[in-house]
Amino acid sequence: MTDEPIIRVRGLVTSFGRNVVHDGLDLDVKRGEIIGVVGGSGTGKSVLLRAIVGLLKPDAGQIEVFGESVRDTSADDYRALRRRWGVMFQDGALFSSLNVRQNVEAPMREQLKLDDDLRALLAGIKVRMVGLPDKAQDNYPSELSGGMRKRAGFARAIALDPEIVFLDEPTAGLDPIGAAAFDTLIKQLQRSLGLTVFLVTHDLDSLHAICDRVAVLADKKVLSVGTMQDMLDVDHPWVQEYFHGPRARAATPDANPKEKI
Amino acid sequence: MSATMIATAENKAGFERDGARLLVQGRLTIDSFEHLDRQAAQEQAAQAEVIDIAGLTQMDTAGAWFIVHLQSFMAQSSGDSITGASDAQAQLIDTIRHNMPPDETDVVRPNPVGAFLENLGRRVLLGGRNALELISFLGQVMATMVRVIWRPRELRLTSVVHHCQQVGVQAVPIVALMAFLIGVVLAFQGSAQLRQFGAEVFVVDLIAISILRELGILLTAIIVAGRSGSAFTAAIGSMKMREEIDAMRTLGLDPIAILIVPRVLALIIMLPALGLIANVSGLIGGAMMSWIELGVSPAVFQSRLVSNTDVWHFNVGMIKAPFFALIIGIIGCYQGMKVGGDAESLGRLTSTSVVMAIFMVIVVDAMFSIFFAVVGV
Repeated sequence: MTDEPIIRVRGLVTSFGRNVVHDGLDLDVKRGEIIGVVGGSGTGKSVLLRAIVGLLKPDAGQIEVFGESVRDTSADDYRALRRRWGVMFQDGALFSSLNVRQNVEAPMREQLKLDDDLRALLAGIKVRMVGLPDKAQDNYPSELSGGMRKRAGFARAIALDPEIVFLDEPTAGLDPIGAAAFDTLIKQLQRSLGLTVFLVTHDLDSLHAICDRVAVLADKKVLSVGTMQDMLDVDHPWVQEYFHGPRARAATPDANPKEKI
Repeated sequence: MSATMIATAENKAGFERDGARLLVQGRLTIDSFEHLDRQAAQEQAAQAEVIDIAGLTQMDTAGAWFIVHLQSFMAQSSGDSITGASDAQAQLIDTIRHNMPPDETDVVRPNPVGAFLENLGRRVLLGGRNALELISFLGQVMATMVRVIWRPRELRLTSVVHHCQQVGVQAVPIVALMAFLIGVVLAFQGSAQLRQFGAEVFVVDLIAISILRELGILLTAIIVAGRSGSAFTAAIGSMKMREEIDAMRTLGLDPIAILIVPRVLALIIMLPALGLIANVSGLIGGAMMSWIELGVSPAVFQSRLVSNTDVWHFNVGMIKAPFFALIIGIIGCYQGMKVGGDAESLGRLTSTSVVMAIFMVIVVDAMFSIFFAVVGV
């Protein structure tokens, strides 16, 4: 049963007008792994994420999460399915009229009948788990720094203990120390909560530090999937450039042994 | 903990005490809390020495918190008083233990009277500060405007024309229709009252004076405040939000000269024009209704209008127009410049801008009434 992929995408086609983004894309994500999705700008990494969580209707193809189709499902089934994953958008996408604790409480409030004290307490635990100070709970998103917003967005994504979390560029725009801390956080929570993590990223350090496997999007498909080591041997100009470029060399663990977690 | 087990597992957790062992069974997750008798479980835990969670089929963060919470009720809680946890469960419990919220300290409830006074004081102070800021903003805009008029090469003529089109030309249909209907209503209501005294023909004076002196320009200003004042706030506010205003400043461009002066200038040019249109349209509406309702022919209406209505009634209305325009423009742009980083402040300030502009227009209108009464026109 553990071999069954938790996310299975087959023959995905998406397009915006005449611009075809994905053309027959296949991808499997295994339960409990951290998969990093990389690709140049405009290769449809975020579009893939949006298609999987059902925010975007693809033109063709099968998307199954937990063995159930995301597209051809009743509203109730989709609701149940949606509860089992959490999404963190690029800038946190926090509700600006709610403070951090209320943001984390929002999914609990919608999905569960909990009394107010318990909900506040559980939200407080989540906020602490993502490493935000207690006093940040009462802050509104506009009062937080970019890194804190991302952490709060992560806390909201894991509010209901989902099985999968989708993270859209979690380390983009963070300073290297903040980005490394966020990587550690993802890894740590993935271990203790048993999460499957779908990570869209540009950050080579993240790929090295926490990803079990890497999927490269290019030419409207998933060009290759494998460990970082496998990627070095892929014979494709973009992949070669990406994983052998100057930044890649700087990010490899050999060059920078402190990066290991 | 696989997907199928979640679907079949019973949606409940059970607590059973076997001597000094508290056996926890079933599914202890966030959605099982609804059916959970926490009080009973706590009482059970108080008499136990060990919590055995080997029987748990599923446990999430909330469940782990509850286990840690129960542990605190036990007579002697030591580190190994939880048994039967799998590696993953032990790790989760450990994570939760490190992230427990601090103990609830007694929250000091503020004195309601004190809190009210404090709040009142804050608001008064804030109101005063805002008024000061607004006046200083008005000064900046006026200074820039004078500079621009002094050196017309700095005037963004294209921008001014664009805003004239936006706030003026495009508002003509709504302003004209509104004034026409006001004229109709005045004639209709006025004739019903005046007929009782056999003074129907005075309806012409009623319509002319009220529209030319007050209603035409006042209602036009209110519509323009709702239409363009809010648009100014939203446009400038969203530019502020996306740091475009800061970008302008770093490029050595003056946002007041580029964004605000053309808008205010366009309003000052267009509001009198719209007021004139409203006046004409209101008189036409009144004349039409007088004709239908009272049989006052347009020719009689016209001659009475010309002979009985002093031209100063019209002047009074027109003198007020540029002041109203300045109020609407300054308040709209000022609120836009106050928008902060979040989308909510944009919405809040847009509605504040409209309410404040309309309110100030009416206040200034009242002041003008007193002024003209004293002057005697």
